[in-house]
Amino acid sequence: MSAAALDPALAPEMAEAGSRPESLWADAWKRLRRNRAAVASMVFLIGLSLLAAAAPWIPGLADPTLQDLRLGASPPSAGHWFGTDELGRDTFARVIYGGRISLMVGLVATLVSLVIGVSWGAVAGYRGGKIDELMMRIVDVLYSLPYIFLVILLLVFFSRSILMLFVALGLVQWLTMARIVRGQVLSLKHQTFVESARALGASDAAIIFRHIVPNTLGPVIVFTTLTVPAVILQEAFLSFLGLGVQPPDASWGTLVSDGARMLALFPWLVIFPGMALSATLLCFNFLGDGLRDALDPHDRRDVA
Amino acid sequence: MTTFLIRRLLLIIPTLWVVGTLTFFMMRFAPGGPFLAERDIPAAAKEQLERQYGLDRPLHEQYLKFLANTVRLDFGPSYKYPARQVTEIIFEALPVSLELGGWALLLAVLIGVPIGVIAAVRQNTGTDFAAMTAALAGVPVPNFVLGPLLVLGLSLSLFIFPPALWSGPQSRVLPVLTLSTAYIAYIARLTRGGMLEVLRQDYIRTARAKGLSETTVVSKHALKLGILPVVSYLGPAAARVIMGSVVVESIFAVPGLGQHLVRGAFNRDYTLVLGVVLFYSLFLMLLNLLVDIAYTRLDPRVELA
Repeated sequence: MSAAALDPALAPEMAEAGSRPESLWADAWKRLRRNRAAVASMVFLIGLSLLAAAAPWIPGLADPTLQDLRLGASPPSAGHWFGTDELGRDTFARVIYGGRISLMVGLVATLVSLVIGVSWGAVAGYRGGKIDELMMRIVDVLYSLPYIFLVILLLVFFSRSILMLFVALGLVQWLTMARIVRGQVLSLKHQTFVESARALGASDAAIIFRHIVPNTLGPVIVFTTLTVPAVILQEAFLSFLGLGVQPPDASWGTLVSDGARMLALFPWLVIFPGMALSATLLCFNFLGDGLRDALDPHDRRDVA
Repeated sequence: MTTFLIRRLLLIIPTLWVVGTLTFFMMRFAPGGPFLAERDIPAAAKEQLERQYGLDRPLHEQYLKFLANTVRLDFGPSYKYPARQVTEIIFEALPVSLELGGWALLLAVLIGVPIGVIAAVRQNTGTDFAAMTAALAGVPVPNFVLGPLLVLGLSLSLFIFPPALWSGPQSRVLPVLTLSTAYIAYIARLTRGGMLEVLRQDYIRTARAKGLSETTVVSKHALKLGILPVVSYLGPAAARVIMGSVVVESIFAVPGLGQHLVRGAFNRDYTLVLGVVLFYSLFLMLLNLLVDIAYTRLDPRVELA
């Protein structure tokens, strides 16, 4: 993505020639819209997010904590679409509320990794030399840590709060982001628009965050889309081990984990939250693939 | 090559040190302690226990002792099972985890690679589409969803395989299948991508022009380079298999290393957890090194630096 394509000074001439130049984003949007799987995934994810976000205000949606011990576990029916669990709680409501937590963990932890990773990679790439060498060596060492084990220990020994979960999962994910951004910055920093910003007296921080980082957005967006499902999956994994969000809150991982214990008796308690989780992961992956094709036309590959 | 090996082997030491130190201090600063489980323990007995494990010494002394012991691969006795040495527990659980992870990876490669090759050779046909859809279906189903579903379908309804434990060849099927499914799918996709890239190259055209059969071209010439993405994926895949086996072991009650890690953490069995974490780290790094070496063997264009 060259700076020239975005340069408004070139626009009038090209418009006269009859072909309005399209901004990178308009062009990418056009390409993305042609990818049916990606669009369908986007619609699904937006719908699910809205549903999850608005859950407390949706009329008719049962309270996920409301118990009905006389009913107990019941299979899917007209009154309870996904059935009820052993305490008579409505599984549909539990899945929607679980989505609230799973999606929130996914987004917040990704945001944490985004902030750290982009800053780290941008500074390392821009400064270069010894600083780059040192910063990337640190990334190398951290890369070979068995992170998930440290996260398990962190959660067991300290607190199993949702805040800890955000931080722990965010800290796991930023390394790849830092590498991607650094690579981008290395190829950008000698371009003329950076030189001219420097000639105009912009500070290093301004050059990095105002001029260089916006130009790395393409790959960053793609990787972010793929990080969210990875984080959701990890949260589910931790919840399965009993380390994720704590009752009465429940994420999809908690629901699957609880359901798995009563699998033979009430299989719907695993099937529905499992399907919600799988569908979400699948859609994020489709969307990520679609975004990569749309934003990164040079790097078209048939591989995930 | 030799300098590369030495450098990588040397990098293992600081990494292990970072892991060990992080884990050590995390445990010492964590609220609660290993002997809180027995709640009504008399103060004198608790003191006695702490003295026995050296927990009454100043922190820096404990840390130095831990470092010295680790170098000698001696983690001391387990807190929870005082009669057993941590190393003994690790070496008992290791073969189980290795078997589980090894079978899962092997299965993933043996199934995933042929699917990917077939899909690439028949690109954009029905076969390609069918193979890739089947492969894609495996990706988003997490193993802790798949595991219970397999148990439900194959052992609780059809009574084909035992639902848990690790005894006899039949008990291996469900855990291995659960662990490998996601990788079968991913490896198939990687192979297809790699093969498509290679099949377009000039030397393949040359091979075909020489009149070699399509089978020879694909299996002898193309596969060697087409499989490279899979080889480089094996390192991270092994790491993920190890992580996944923590869950699979707990679903199927398999007595492997992952179980010890999780239970040890919950029990505050500090010596056991330290041992397992360090062991896993070492194992992972050696594995990644092996993958890098294998990579150069397959693709002579790659120089290790």
